Amino acid sequence: MQARSGVAFGVGRNPVLGWGLVNSFGSFRDRATRRPGTGSALRLAAGASVFLLLGACNRGILDPVGPVGRAEKTILINSTAIMLAIIIPTMVATVAFAWWFRRGNKKATYRPDWEYSGAIEMVVWAVPALTIMLLGGITWIGSHDLEPSRPLPSPAPPLKVEVVSLDWKWLFIYPDQGVATVNQLVVPAGTPVNFRLTSATVWNSFFVPQMGTMIYTMPRMTTRLNLQADRPGVYDGLSSHFSGDGFPGMQFKVQALPPEQFAMWAQGARGQGGALDGRAYGELSRPSSYVKPMTYGAVAPGLYDAIVADKVAQLQAPQAAPPPERDSTSPPRG
Amino acid sequence: MFGKLGWDAIPFHEPIALVTGLVVILTLAGIAGWITAKRWWPYLWHEYITSTDHKRIGIMYIVLGLVMLVRGFADAIMMRAQQSLAIGASQGYLPPEHYNQIFSAHGTIMIFFVAMPLVIGFMNFVVPLQLGVRDVAFPTMNNVSFWLTASGALLINASLIIGEFARTGWLGFPPLSEKAFSPGVGVDYYLVALQISGVGTVLTAVNFVTTILKTRAPGMSYLRMPVFCWTSLASNLLILAAFPVLTVTLALLMLDRYLGFHFFTNDGGGNSMLYMNLIWVWGHPEVYILVLPAFGIYSEVAATFSGKPLFGYRSMVFATLAICIISFCVWLHHFFTMGAGADVNAIFGIASMIIGVPTGVKIYNWLFTMYGGRVRFTVPMHYLIGFMLTFVLGGLTGVLLAIPPVDFVVHNSLFLVAHFHHVIIGGVVFAVMAGYTYWFPKAFGFTLDERLGKAVFWCWFIGFHLAFMPLYVLGFWGATRRMQHISDPSWAPWLNVAFVGAAIIGLGIVLTVVQLLYSIKTRDQRRDVTGDPWDGRTLEWLTLSPPPHYNFAVLPDVHGEEAYWIRKQTAIKLDQLIDEPDYQPIEMPINTPTGIICAFFTSLCGFAVIWYIWWLAILGLIGAFAVFVWYAWRDEHEHIIPVEEVRKNARERRRIRMEHLHELSQST
Repeated sequence: MQARSGVAFGVGRNPVLGWGLVNSFGSFRDRATRRPGTGSALRLAAGASVFLLLGACNRGILDPVGPVGRAEKTILINSTAIMLAIIIPTMVATVAFAWWFRRGNKKATYRPDWEYSGAIEMVVWAVPALTIMLLGGITWIGSHDLEPSRPLPSPAPPLKVEVVSLDWKWLFIYPDQGVATVNQLVVPAGTPVNFRLTSATVWNSFFVPQMGTMIYTMPRMTTRLNLQADRPGVYDGLSSHFSGDGFPGMQFKVQALPPEQFAMWAQGARGQGGALDGRAYGELSRPSSYVKPMTYGAVAPGLYDAIVADKVAQLQAPQAAPPPERDSTSPPRG
Repeated sequence: MFGKLGWDAIPFHEPIALVTGLVVILTLAGIAGWITAKRWWPYLWHEYITSTDHKRIGIMYIVLGLVMLVRGFADAIMMRAQQSLAIGASQGYLPPEHYNQIFSAHGTIMIFFVAMPLVIGFMNFVVPLQLGVRDVAFPTMNNVSFWLTASGALLINASLIIGEFARTGWLGFPPLSEKAFSPGVGVDYYLVALQISGVGTVLTAVNFVTTILKTRAPGMSYLRMPVFCWTSLASNLLILAAFPVLTVTLALLMLDRYLGFHFFTNDGGGNSMLYMNLIWVWGHPEVYILVLPAFGIYSEVAATFSGKPLFGYRSMVFATLAICIISFCVWLHHFFTMGAGADVNAIFGIASMIIGVPTGVKIYNWLFTMYGGRVRFTVPMHYLIGFMLTFVLGGLTGVLLAIPPVDFVVHNSLFLVAHFHHVIIGGVVFAVMAGYTYWFPKAFGFTLDERLGKAVFWCWFIGFHLAFMPLYVLGFWGATRRMQHISDPSWAPWLNVAFVGAAIIGLGIVLTVVQLLYSIKTRDQRRDVTGDPWDGRTLEWLTLSPPPHYNFAVLPDVHGEEAYWIRKQTAIKLDQLIDEPDYQPIEMPINTPTGIICAFFTSLCGFAVIWYIWWLAILGLIGAFAVFVWYAWRDEHEHIIPVEEVRKNARERRRIRMEHLHELSQST
């Protein structure tokens, strides 16, 4: 992953705004945005064991590039460590008891009527119960800190992006920039992105593993999600909820650009390519898969809300009067 | 006349489906021909097909489950092959419309027509014997339940050659499963088959809840029931509560598809989130419907082969009931990523983890059952230890999935796929294989080959880990499930390891068949003449192997928790059996073809509904109903086994038992 982003944009400086934040509540997200190296020994041990398990791979959700994914990785590793602390002894005891008390072992004491011990009962109820209480606390705090609709703390105002899943591609609308893209999400690095998401067909799930949290896109409904990429790079995105025959082709790329480059990109995109009006949207929403990335230089205002309300046809009506040139409005087919 | 059915329903353009279908039809014809040549039809008709004997019905369920396992596995290996081949530029050998049917069929078949029949089969065979009674509460209904399940299985498999199966996954989420997005007959096959088999499952639950609550041997109080009976009770209570939800959910979707309703559609005020909630209100308890009886099997195996009573029996019963209740309070953890909000997610996450507590207790109780025992490493014991080692890690990944912020990055991924196979193979399949080996001699009077049994175990154990551990890794890399094509070539090595694992499991399935055939061939050397081949502790080992139709000449008197063990130890100490009781003639229910005729008509009706052949649907419905009316007006209810026959068999049984007890008392 690192190499790929390096090829595209140069490794560059990490404009990680989150790291400089004062963390007042000690929440997971804030803690995770601190510099690496502050982790406890437990976390290191767990990290080591997870990586041992995985053959030291470093990508996907284990290579997060933003505060959300990092906090989630921390919870994943901490919880695994807490559970392994009781599971490994249990596994060892299983093998040890079975082997020591094998029928042929003359040294083992046979206690054919031993079937109850209050002390052991107390321990075997208490150990899982205490573990779950600990994990329950992590769950409660983690669920609130990492609630997808919660805005990320940042001095920079968030970028607004409206996401629409279509059969079988992703449409990203930038309401403030007045542009839209397909299968390519361009975001400024170090700036929170505030997503509103819906689907124009069946359910999908919007997921960029290295950025963290996925969320369903559902027709006639809007879900909300806040993510951030701290370092520039190109990250894989996908739909993670099966949506029909073209589903495996619903992949997209996220390009995190340094903020000034992002502004240049948005400027350059405006007016370039076709306009995404009702008619162009009608063309776009026809089923297709493995669609190459493309950009629309203009977007009909209120398109996203019209899609949620299933009223794109009305949106189309006033624009139908001067029929636009077909070539200029139909998107380049991939 | 024939609705939507035409020649285009036969997949002439899909050679894989066509050839598979032909092979299946030829195999079935071959088996039918073999049975005809051997003149076995009358025997099968009287002893199995129309039987109301819970043991025979149990065996039929298990045969159905094992046959469907082969079908479900064929789907699995095809998926693994496709994902190993369709990487990068290659599209593999399965186009999306075919691949999507395969993973949908795999899930549907494995849950509804493999795991459910196997678990219900064991409950049928074992529960009445362990309770010390002669049959279930409603023997004819039991036969009907089986044939309705078989009817559902038939329809699902018919979709292989006539039409298509659903391409929507094993839960058929709308709006994808709505007419607008899935206009074909696939989803209808799914809905109708599950509705029919669902009726069978609910009837089974009614039967077993009644049997366990109302018909137990004298002295068998609730806290003397074997743990398998307790887990069966819990499982059937779950079925009673959960399956009606499934029936209603699928019925609402049918109304959408057939009559243009708008429960879950995108338009007309429908809401697909409702379906997601309803299906998982059934779906999560379903997991425990399967795994609780499996826990019961492990408990029996642990006690028997450790030569000790189960450690913490009451704790175990309490844990079972706790799981039974909490499993209804966790369904939302299947869709944390819907955006329900932090409080809702956290509460359901914590509730899900709480299930880990009683489950953990069970693991420790099996552990301490072995402690101080004399552990015999038989095949069932291999499965128990394999299960304990596997299941704790499956539980770990399960708790991870129950933490919403972790679920946010692994939901719907191959990590999830690995997790539920971890607990279903490690939990349910291992238990089924243990139970199959453990109770086989009781059912047929001879044991299965031990060496081949161990080979099968190692195939499942190693095959499982090779097939699914790589999927955890890929899940961490962001690989999602249900991909007909893989874009990232770096996944190839892990997918290939998974394929090898699946192939090893396949070898295990082949060896299971070899083991069965070899054991039948050498059955004379492996006869179980004592009825108690494992030095058992529960009442099924009191009677002959195989047990007579009426199970027990006289219903056993139960003293204490381990009914048969206490009896056996007393007899060894006193060197004599209890006094010969006063034998009575026994009334047993007669055979009835109600089940198979009813299932014939429901299959017709179901097929007709799928293809919009309305006259046939009405005919099938009337036929199925008429069978019940005809049965209700029957004159003959029971047949009587004369007292001479009962006495003769019982005396023979006492003689064998006495010899066996002498041997036991000399060996200890």
